[in-house]
Amino acid sequence: MRRLVTVCALAGVVLTLATAASGSTLDDIKKRGTLNCGANGQLPGFGIPDSQGNWTGLDVDLCRALAAAIFNDPNKVKFVALTAKDRFTALQSGDVDVLARNTTWTSSRDTQLGLNATAVNYFDGQGFIVRKDLKLNSALELNDATVCVQQGTTTELNLADYFRANKMRLKSVTYLQVDEAVGAYDSGRCNAYTTDASGLYGVRLKLAKPDDHVVLPEIISKEPLAPFVRHGDDQWFDIVKWVHFAMVNAEELGITKANVDEHLKSDNPDVKRLLGTEGNFGEQLGLTKDWAHRVLKHVGNYGEVFERDVGQGSPLKITRGLNALWTKGGIMYAPPVR
Amino acid sequence: MTLGAESGPPKIPLLRDPRFRALVIQVALCAALAWIAYELEEEVRANLVRNHLSSGFGFWSQPAGFDISQALIDYSSSASTYGRAFWVGLVNTLVVAAIGIVLATIVGFVAGIAQLSSNWLVARLAAGYVQLIRNIPLLLQLLFWYNAVLKTLPGFRDSIALWGGGYLNNRGLYLPAPDLNGNGLPIFAAFCLGLVGAIVLAMLARRQRLGVGLAAGAGLVLVLGLPFAAFVATGATFAFEYPEMSRFNLRGGLEVLPEFVALLAGLVIYTGAFIAETVRAGLMAVPRGQTEAAQALGLSRLLTLRRVIVPQAMRVIIPPLTSQYLNLTKNSSLAVAIGYPDLVQIFTGTVLNQTGNAVEIVAITMAVYLVISLVTSFAMNIYNARMALAER
Repeated sequence: MRRLVTVCALAGVVLTLATAASGSTLDDIKKRGTLNCGANGQLPGFGIPDSQGNWTGLDVDLCRALAAAIFNDPNKVKFVALTAKDRFTALQSGDVDVLARNTTWTSSRDTQLGLNATAVNYFDGQGFIVRKDLKLNSALELNDATVCVQQGTTTELNLADYFRANKMRLKSVTYLQVDEAVGAYDSGRCNAYTTDASGLYGVRLKLAKPDDHVVLPEIISKEPLAPFVRHGDDQWFDIVKWVHFAMVNAEELGITKANVDEHLKSDNPDVKRLLGTEGNFGEQLGLTKDWAHRVLKHVGNYGEVFERDVGQGSPLKITRGLNALWTKGGIMYAPPVR
Repeated sequence: MTLGAESGPPKIPLLRDPRFRALVIQVALCAALAWIAYELEEEVRANLVRNHLSSGFGFWSQPAGFDISQALIDYSSSASTYGRAFWVGLVNTLVVAAIGIVLATIVGFVAGIAQLSSNWLVARLAAGYVQLIRNIPLLLQLLFWYNAVLKTLPGFRDSIALWGGGYLNNRGLYLPAPDLNGNGLPIFAAFCLGLVGAIVLAMLARRQRLGVGLAAGAGLVLVLGLPFAAFVATGATFAFEYPEMSRFNLRGGLEVLPEFVALLAGLVIYTGAFIAETVRAGLMAVPRGQTEAAQALGLSRLLTLRRVIVPQAMRVIIPPLTSQYLNLTKNSSLAVAIGYPDLVQIFTGTVLNQTGNAVEIVAITMAVYLVISLVTSFAMNIYNARMALAER
């Protein structure tokens, strides 16, 4: 009989594990004291730790902004480096609260995978990098080429589509990690490496001789990169979306990290609503009134983050392009706070 | 009769009957296990629904849309399904495992026997190989072969030209491929038929205690004659298709990927070291008197080994050898680290990532490895039974 009791006890444990509590994500984060953020880990400009272990990047700063909004402390984030292949499983199983890992918003990821894309924080497109000595002018000349690519990405699919649509023969070699794929390209295993155009600039810096390589002009796909959350928690979905929107709205209103405190005295109703000196929009989200003030104070507005991580303040020197505000020729646009 | 019944053991109350109690406990245990399995399954299902995750096997017939670097069966990113991608991955796994098992056996037997050699240098070299390789994790060895050895080969423009029209570079090995203008399949089938015929013939000859020479001759005729007959019958012409330099790559011929070579080399050398130890243990288990008796009969060293020692050692070697074969097959899933498109890389990699049906895909993959392992064990058990000491 004792064996049976043991079995029953064990069964109980297993069942409790299987039914792991699924309360509100925000409550879980507050209880835990840190935000778990799924990040890239190998991509300069988007998510990479430096030699001291400090994470930097556009996606990383979004997670810092979330932590600032929740805890008033941008450092209460635990970054989890995820491969392209494993990223969705990590989010689905609750290992991370938000997946900010240069992930393309597609319909199947939004539905079949049980996830929600929040808001696009970088408008990207896929390109190719090749050696200069091949003297290529266009990706259409890549017939019969060997291309290195990372596994489990939209890139992998676009690559096959592009070669098929242009009736070119493709040999692709897929790797689990960015670094492996880039290393293989650098060693001559492949003629070309393909990923999102933003990534190509970062990858180029990692090559042995960056000047021997050139990015081809073609952009072969739409890659709207967005942070993802799990289905079924609308409050958390709203928070991630609106923290990003707050940073974009702040850029539009001219509120920066440096001048955010002065703006507390502003009479502009848009500024007052955003910074919480009027209304209780932060509380409606489940945060505090000064949520956006915290974000801007600790992290800065979208434009500042962009320039710092991928723009002129970074080694990547990517121009704003599509990611400029809608008022300045780009398509970066945020709904109003009201 | 009545007397016998009365003198039987006294009646025990049902609850204290050990047989009855054992029965109750076992039934209860089975019921509990079934209940746990049921609850787990329900829980997983409910969790999938709650998180709006897709489930089921509908993905199997959906188009895959991604490219695979090594497809030994027809596959194209445009026309093939996820199901097809599964088969491509499975074939790639089986190919590397099958070739790996054959080569690892050869390496293992040579190194195992060499360890017991009376030649000091040979014995030390073999022992050194076993100790060095056995104590380094396989993953590191794979990365070594792939990154440190194969990647340092020259680029395709400076390919090393091999005798007979082949090339070697950091994108792989390119060999001339026999071109039978589309009649390869019937000729290959005829070759297989001839091979089976030759094996049957050899077995018959053995049973009838006929001369080995006769069976070998007839077998040779079958193995070579049948494909030749098919060659003539189909009107095929024979030529070699040579790999040629194109703008980006070598084109045509037979291409062996560096990922495949690195994985195969890693698996063979690693598993070979373990097999060597198994073989050494088996050889040492044969009593010394057997060697002495064989030598007293005037048998040569080689003949002693072949006819006396190894057949007896096999009885000790086969069971652990089976587990080494299983290990090799399962370890081939480390392919994922170096980009060889095996079952795990394709199916639990790209397919899982794109469809999100994690539970189904991982379950299928586990079932596949289970089946491969069980089949290997089954085959080895048959072989073991044949080799076992025939007791009369």
